[in-house]
Amino acid sequence: MSELLSVQGLETQFRTREGIVHAVNGVSFGLKEGETLGIVGESGCGKSVTVMSMLRLIPSPPGKVSAGKALFQGKDLLKMSDDEIRHIRGSQISMVFQDPMTSFNPVLTIGRQVSEPLEVHMGMNRKQADDRVVEMLTKVGIPNPRDRLNDYPHQFSGGMRQRVMIAMALVCTPQILIADEPTTALDVTIQAQIVELAKRIRDDLGMAIIWITHDLGVIAGLADRLAVMYGGYIIETAPIRDVYAHPSHPYTLGLLGSLPRMDESGQRRLVSIDGLPPVLLEKPNFCPFAPRCKYVVEHCWKENPPLMQISPDHTAACWVNPETGRER
Amino acid sequence: MAANEVLLNVVDLVKHFPIMKGVLIQKQVGAVHAVDGVSFDIVKGETLGLVGESGCGKSTTGRAILQLHRPTSGSVFYEGKDLVKLKGENLRKTRRRMQMIFQDPYASLNPRMTVGQIITEPMLIHDMTTQKDTQGHAERLLKLVGLNPAYTSRYPHEFSGGQRQRIGIARALALEPALIVCDEPISALDVSIQAQVVNLLEDLQAKLGLTYLFIAHDLSMVRHISDRVAVMYLGIIVELTTRDELYSHALHPYTQALLSAVPIPDPAIEANRKRIILTGDVPSPVNPPSGCRFRTRCPIAAEICKQKKPEFREVTPGHWVACHMV
Repeated sequence: MSELLSVQGLETQFRTREGIVHAVNGVSFGLKEGETLGIVGESGCGKSVTVMSMLRLIPSPPGKVSAGKALFQGKDLLKMSDDEIRHIRGSQISMVFQDPMTSFNPVLTIGRQVSEPLEVHMGMNRKQADDRVVEMLTKVGIPNPRDRLNDYPHQFSGGMRQRVMIAMALVCTPQILIADEPTTALDVTIQAQIVELAKRIRDDLGMAIIWITHDLGVIAGLADRLAVMYGGYIIETAPIRDVYAHPSHPYTLGLLGSLPRMDESGQRRLVSIDGLPPVLLEKPNFCPFAPRCKYVVEHCWKENPPLMQISPDHTAACWVNPETGRER
Repeated sequence: MAANEVLLNVVDLVKHFPIMKGVLIQKQVGAVHAVDGVSFDIVKGETLGLVGESGCGKSTTGRAILQLHRPTSGSVFYEGKDLVKLKGENLRKTRRRMQMIFQDPYASLNPRMTVGQIITEPMLIHDMTTQKDTQGHAERLLKLVGLNPAYTSRYPHEFSGGQRQRIGIARALALEPALIVCDEPISALDVSIQAQVVNLLEDLQAKLGLTYLFIAHDLSMVRHISDRVAVMYLGIIVELTTRDELYSHALHPYTQALLSAVPIPDPAIEANRKRIILTGDVPSPVNPPSGCRFRTRCPIAAEICKQKKPEFREVTPGHWVACHMV
C-alpha cells in the first residue's frame, strides 16, 4: 500500500479578541490507500481544524494555516490554486459532517444536492446524474430512492439524512472520505447502522477513511490506525490494537480509564483526569498535558516532548514510560 | 439503609402534549403520547437508571415526577403523598425534598446571578436560611462538590462545562433533598470530565444517602452507576430489572438490540462482535403503532403483537418485561 496522503508539520492559528489561538501545532500523519485512520480527542483539541486546514476550509481571516504541507498524491494541497483545490474537494477527497440537520440546504431537494458534485466535477447532465444518485442512495440504504429525489431535507429523519450525506460524499467515488464526528448527533441504534454502512462501503469501494471522533468505543471496531490529539498536538499514534492494549501516553491511558465499559460488571471507580483541557492562547514550551498528568517529572516542564518511537509502528509524545513510571 | 423502603412510587403515569390547530379558535387535533402509562418504584438509597433513545419520553417522565409537567393522569407517591393531587404551597413544600440536575450546564444557570446567589436562592425561598448566612452556606456547598469556596462571587460564564455541572449539583443539594432526578447530567461534557462528575455523584450518594433517578442514553454509563435499570421505548417501559440481570439476560428484543449497538472500547472484542442492527427509525409518538409499540422494528414480531398490547409483567422475581414473545 502506498502513501496516499501525507501531512507534515501542519500549523493553524486563529486570531481572536483574547489573542492568537494555537489550534494545531505541527501535526504530521500519513494515510495509505484503503486505510482507515481514526483521529481521537476531546472538543477543542484541534482534530477538526486539522482536516479543515488540509482541505483549505478554514475561513481566513480569522484563521491562518501558517506552516506545513499536505501532500495528496505528491501534490501539496496547501499550495494549489483555488481552482485546483476545488476540483479535488468533493470529487477526490470528500467530507461528511457531524450535524445532519444543518449541513444540507433546506430549500433545495435532496436529489438536487446529491447530484451537484456530479454536475460540477463529472460534467454529467441531469438525467445521468439522477441515475447515479439513485444508485448511490440505494447503496446507502434509502428505500424507494427514485421517489425521494424530490423530497427536501426536513422530510428525512436524522439517521436517513446522515445516509444521504454519505451518499453525497461518495457520488464521485473519492479516494479519501473524511468523516467528522458523523455519528455524534445520532442515537446508538442509528449509530450502529451508520458504522455498519461505512464498513460495508469501504470494503465495496476500497477508499481510505479519516474518521474523527471523541468516542473510543465507536472507533475501536472501525479504524486500522489511531492518532490521539491533545492541545493541538498528536500525542500518540499506533495500530488500533496497540493503542488499546499498550497505551503509551498518560492522556490515552486516562481516556481509556475514564470510560465505563458495557462488558464490565464490577463496580470499578472511574479513573478521572483531573483539571481542564488547555487554553490554547499560548504555545507552551512544556508538555501541554503536564498540568493534568499523574506521571509528570521535572523534564516535562522544561521541554515539550516530540513524538518518540516506542516500537516500530508506535509513537508517543511523552518523556515518561507510563508502564514503569520512569523516564524513557 | 432501611431495607427496601420505597421512596418514590410512580403508578401508570401518562403525559400527553396536545397538538393545537387554528388561529383564533384553537382546537386540539391530536396529542404527542410522550409518556403512556409508566409505573415503577425507587427504593431509598438506590440509583435507578432510565435509558432510551431520544424522544422515548425519559426526560418527560423525570419532569412529570417533579410536576414540572403536570401529568395527564396517573399518580406519583413521594414519602406517602400523591404529588399529582397537591397544589401550590403544599406541593412546593413536598417538592423541596426532590431536586433535579439538568443536562445543559450552559443553559441551566442564570448568567446574571453569581454562583453564591444561584446556589442559595432555593434556600432563601424555602426559609432555610437568612440573607446574612448565605455566604457560609454557599461556601460549604461549593466545597462539597469539589469547587474552590472562594468562587461564590463569580459568574457562570467564568466556569467550564464540568465546573458548571458541579454548580448545578450544589444548587440541587442546597435543599437537602432525598431524591435527585439527574436528567442526562453528563452528556454535554467531554469524556475526561464525565468521569469526574460521575465520581462526584457516587461520592455524594455514599456521603449523604441520596437516591438517584439517573436518566441517560449512554448504556455503558448507566451500567456503571445504576443498581436497577428501566429501558424506555416510545413512552413506555419495556424492561425493568437489576443492572447485572439486564446486562447479562436481557429479555426484550429492543433491550437486546440496544445493548448490542453499544460499542466496546476494545478492538479485539469489536472485531468478533455480532450486532443486532435494527432497521428503520423510531415511529412518531403522535401515532404510536397499535399493539406492541416496538413491533415495527422488532426482528421477532408476530401477528399477536399487532393486535394486543403486551402486558408489563414480572417474569422472574424483580425482572419485568413487556413482550408477548418472552
